[in-house]
Amino acid sequence: MNRFLLPLAGFVLLLAVLLVGLKRAPDKSNLPSPLIGKPVPQFTLPNLFDNTQRVNAETLKGHWSLVNVWGTWCVECRAEHEVLLQIKQEARVPIIGIDWKDQNEDALSWLAQLGNPYERIGTDNDGRVAIDWGVYGAPESFLINPAGTVVYKHIGAMTLQVWQREFLPRVSGALSPGA
Amino acid sequence: MRQPRRIGAQVLLCALCAVLALGGAAVAVDTTPPLPDPVLQQRYYALTHELRCMQCQSEALADSSVGLAADLRVQVRELLLAGQTDDQIRDHMVARYGEFILFRPRMIWRNAWLWGAPAVLMAIGVVVGWRVLRNRACLADADESRVDDSPDP
Repeated sequence: MNRFLLPLAGFVLLLAVLLVGLKRAPDKSNLPSPLIGKPVPQFTLPNLFDNTQRVNAETLKGHWSLVNVWGTWCVECRAEHEVLLQIKQEARVPIIGIDWKDQNEDALSWLAQLGNPYERIGTDNDGRVAIDWGVYGAPESFLINPAGTVVYKHIGAMTLQVWQREFLPRVSGALSPGA
Repeated sequence: MRQPRRIGAQVLLCALCAVLALGGAAVAVDTTPPLPDPVLQQRYYALTHELRCMQCQSEALADSSVGLAADLRVQVRELLLAGQTDDQIRDHMVARYGEFILFRPRMIWRNAWLWGAPAVLMAIGVVVGWRVLRNRACLADADESRVDDSPDP
């Protein structure tokens, strides 16, 4: 019997390692961002509502903000729009939009039609700024603290549950940043 | 008898080439303009094949038709033209998208177990194999000696 014990133990060990690996594997549609805990990337974009104004890292300093990357071509963005409007109603955290690889006219007519939750929108027509933010699937939402540090990132449509469970507690200090 | 068979093989070979050529045309999704310098182009080719497309995650940047992949290919091209090294370009991508964008994990301490595991497993395999073989040899010796010892019928 003894000669089977060692291979069996080896097999069980291998099984355990593989199971732990499976459990701990990151959710591939929601990969952790290397930007968490770092200052927001330097960027400057024209404001959709007034292209003499700029949206940049300074826009995000001095108050909490929600940076939402979206586009009119993005189906999920339409799904989350209602939630963004509700977050605007709450009036606790201003929403700054980054309109990713989009046409300005399309964006404006979308907002006229569905309502505008954004305080400002930077128009990233060629998608360069989105790359610096590590965006790979719109919509993506970043929580930025008053110091201009990225605190949290959510990939996919924003929901009220996510907003209340992950974003608001960080704003109110109930959840330590980056936790 | 030999001649027809050779022609058959040639026809087959031509057909195979035609099919492969068609396949090549279908895969060419990378429309980024080629780099002026063949060495840079070579590095571009290597980099776009070892960076992952984050949207369609089992594809390399070079093979993906997604818009973001095209944007990232352009960025790789620009960074090469700006004179960055391969490592700088990898770091540039990792700083934005994380380690996951690299198909080949980096040789850093955090990844030591990953790179070390195959060697450790190989060593275990060699030791086990050696012991099994030795045991078998011992058994065979014992058998032989028993045969030798047995009295003739």
